[in-house]
Amino acid sequence: MQLEDLLKQVTDRFNFDDTPKQPPFKCPRCSESTDTKTLSDNMWVCPKCGYHSRISAFDRIKMTADEGSFTETDKGLSSLNPIEFPGYEEKISEMQEKTGLTEAVITGICTIHNEKCVIGVMDSHFMMASMGSVVGEKITRAFELAQREKLPLVLFTASGGARMQEGLVSLMQMAKTSGAAARLSQSGGLYITVLTDPTTGGVTASFASLGDVIIAEPKALIGFAGRRVIEGTIKQRLPEDFQSAEFMLENGFVDMIVDRKNMRRTISHLIRLHRPNGERTVPEAPAK
Amino acid sequence: MDDLILTPFDRLSIVRHKNRPTIKDYLPLIFTDFFEMHGDRYHGDDRAILGGICRFDGKPVTVIAEVKGRDVFENKEVNFAMPHPDGYRKALRLAKQAEKFSRPVICFIDTPGAYCGVGAEKRGQGEAIARNLYEFMTLRTPVVSVVLGEGGSGGALALGVCDELAMLENAVYSVISPRGFASLLWKDASREEEACNIMRITAEDAVSLGVADHIIAEPAGGAHNDMETTAENISKTLCKMLKSNSQKNIDDLLNSRYNKFRRIGEFSEITPS
Repeated sequence: MQLEDLLKQVTDRFNFDDTPKQPPFKCPRCSESTDTKTLSDNMWVCPKCGYHSRISAFDRIKMTADEGSFTETDKGLSSLNPIEFPGYEEKISEMQEKTGLTEAVITGICTIHNEKCVIGVMDSHFMMASMGSVVGEKITRAFELAQREKLPLVLFTASGGARMQEGLVSLMQMAKTSGAAARLSQSGGLYITVLTDPTTGGVTASFASLGDVIIAEPKALIGFAGRRVIEGTIKQRLPEDFQSAEFMLENGFVDMIVDRKNMRRTISHLIRLHRPNGERTVPEAPAK
Repeated sequence: MDDLILTPFDRLSIVRHKNRPTIKDYLPLIFTDFFEMHGDRYHGDDRAILGGICRFDGKPVTVIAEVKGRDVFENKEVNFAMPHPDGYRKALRLAKQAEKFSRPVICFIDTPGAYCGVGAEKRGQGEAIARNLYEFMTLRTPVVSVVLGEGGSGGALALGVCDELAMLENAVYSVISPRGFASLLWKDASREEEACNIMRITAEDAVSLGVADHIIAEPAGGAHNDMETTAENISKTLCKMLKSNSQKNIDDLLNSRYNKFRRIGEFSEITPS
């Protein structure tokens, strides 16, 4: 793909037109239908039950970062085929074309209510945001960038887990990202995770669970093992709210559940509260 | 006889053999003065993970191991070597204890995977594994690991963040069981053998992917044919790994541990002009 084409795709996504083309959204939690316009006006939150539906990384950045503040980092990374899994390259190209993304995570630097931070957003539309080499590397670089630049790191997680097609290499990304999280932590850096629907498997079992502050979106699916795997093991049906954000809060693995409309405010408040005197970002001195 | 080429699936069958030795067999052959420690101090004692202090080559070490059962009764007790979060937290407690007293940590990996169940989810299986990855990466004492049989997924990796990793010759290490792989990617669990043969799960594969550092020889046909010789081979490799890592300055050790994992991954990168 030419750089211009890619740029256009990205711009198109940022200025998405909201003429309803798609069929109405059917909420996977309450089964109610909502037309796309109403849903998008409501930040893609189901107006009936409050389920925070899956959104693209572009939409997430648009609704989280201050307008025009986002600069992408490490965008030139794309997947190879470490275990030569048949059809993997084709699958990647297909996903790139379909989503306008090069991989399942976008990282960069932005401000949120004027608070500068490193940000990473995973997009479940790209192979269920499974973590292979590229996701692992970009997340690791985001940790390292935050440490180097002494900036807070905010990661919006979503993932089906490790990228099976990359075999053992994908498993090792769990160790790599967790190690990077440990190093940022030891340097005193602030790391906030926002668990979005769905955050599961190897991502739950690595960097997603390691935030200083762990936020979840309402009704997000959060867990380690898949529901069907557990049901198969215990030969019983699991309750509806099993592995929900609310379940994780009750069991002590999430600090707070935050509505999308309050997310920017919550994150920027938290960043300020982690400064020695809780001050706001000092405006840069004018160049002399 | 010509050299018999074992396929990855043959190796998987060897490590799943009912007479495959477990850590309980090797422990008395490799270590002396073993004192077992129990419990995570939060919830319970997970018997799928065995841990304690003992001597290796006369010197104190901490051993943390996933335990397979040798029969139905043992397997019931150790939950088929599938740890709950309590097991990983026990492992971490013992690792931190080793750090405090400057003992090296020796981990033995032998699990189909972390347990998938209601209690495991409620007590944070994901968090428990994540915490181990995080803490072992910065543990200020040498850590070496050995895959004895099956290295299944995150449940194996939770004891696999180390300075050097060795694998028994027939041992396998994988992101998911071959059966799970076939079921997820081809929607057909019966293609287990085919999955096994393309997943690159053998010791040799793990070395070529930069994950394992040593391969420990097994007697012909597998470790169960001569446990004593296998134990001796494990001891030799442990000796080598501990020697090379115990001499390093601790900050250098942690840097090389981080870089061992930092390097893993294959991707292309276009740098913006």
